[in-house]
Amino acid sequence: MSKKITLTIDGREITAPEGEKLLWVALDNDIYIPNLCAVKEIDPPQASCRLCFVEVEGYREPVTACNLAVTEGMVVKTRSPAVDRLVKTAFELLLSDHRLKCSECPKNRSCELQKIAKERRLKLRLTRFRPLVKDLPIDDSPDTFAFDPTRCVLCGRCVWEDHEVAGVGAIGFSRRGIDRRVTTFGDTSLADSPCIECGFCVEVCPVGALSFKE
Amino acid sequence: MQQLLEGEKELIIEKVGEILGKHGSDRENLIPILQEVQDSLGYLPGLSMEIIAEAMDIPSVDVFGLTTFYNQFRLNPPGKHQIKICMGTACYMVGGRIALESFERHLKIGEGETTSDRKYSLETVACVGCCAIAPVVVVNEDIEGKVTPTRVDGLMLAFEADEQEEEQKEAEENEEKGD
Ligand code: SF4
Ligand code: FES
Repeated sequence: MSKKITLTIDGREITAPEGEKLLWVALDNDIYIPNLCAVKEIDPPQASCRLCFVEVEGYREPVTACNLAVTEGMVVKTRSPAVDRLVKTAFELLLSDHRLKCSECPKNRSCELQKIAKERRLKLRLTRFRPLVKDLPIDDSPDTFAFDPTRCVLCGRCVWEDHEVAGVGAIGFSRRGIDRRVTTFGDTSLADSPCIECGFCVEVCPVGALSFKE
Repeated sequence: MQQLLEGEKELIIEKVGEILGKHGSDRENLIPILQEVQDSLGYLPGLSMEIIAEAMDIPSVDVFGLTTFYNQFRLNPPGKHQIKICMGTACYMVGGRIALESFERHLKIGEGETTSDRKYSLETVACVGCCAIAPVVVVNEDIEGKVTPTRVDGLMLAFEADEQEEEQKEAEENEEKGD
């Protein structure tokens, strides 16, 4: 067993294994920090969604909790004006290319974006940014599930499941910048890819991008 | 991805095999291998990426992810008429995008694509160095200046005329051979 250390999060004293990432320590102790791209097994963490910002004493600026190892005596605050600003902007950027019709979404009410919005009192609509929702079709070629790229938040959880858990290698990220998306080799439909429909990717998708058919 | 031409499959297998033989199949050689394959074949056919992925024992979608990430890789064969539209600042400002859209409408392909008969390919480039005649389009090695949509119509007509002439010549030659 690794050494235990003590740290403080939002005034609460917490014991945790040394070296564990702060995000998981907080979540395990029922302290919520928004996150989308975090998967415990991915090392080093992707740290790409930029939602898990916190204040840590000794750091001049907010830091991401998913890739920060806890140390003895660490003092953490999950909220501050600077943190809230960063999270708000990251959240709005995610929404700017996300199809927002929640009422028509298969994950309505169990969506991670809705949860973050509720926890942090953020709006589920765009106010500052121009919408850039891509004109990409839904792939409903698999028998058991469908993929709607316009609802994807590029968290990478499905790619991890596909590559490392199921060991299939049917899906991955392609392209760059605003064009970045989850695809198969050569942009074929999932039915024409090596996909075996294990459904692992669907189970981990935090939003309505991958969803089982009724 | 593009349909392969007759005999192209064999060529790809041979060339990629050679290059893999030279570099070995360590993942750290992935980019140099892809660069060399592209140098040798003019582009990266889907089949070449699949062979490389298999040799490296990685999912082919990961190779696709990489080749679509970097601008230096092209996944479509260069057309016989390679049309490059300048998107440098000057050309962009005076309608480079309009020129691109005109070509896209004519050829029914998008930026970075090639027509299925491989006659035309369309791409954008950064400043080609003659901003005074912006918007600039480079066709193979020839520079065309002040490319308005009307000029695009003209260029396309000229290409088509060239093509027809060539076809005629070929037909005549074939006829002569047939005699
Ligand atoms: S499809 Fe779902 S799990 Fe996959 S990257 Fe998009 S949001 Fe994440
Ligand atoms: S969970 Fe930390 S950046 Fe996504």
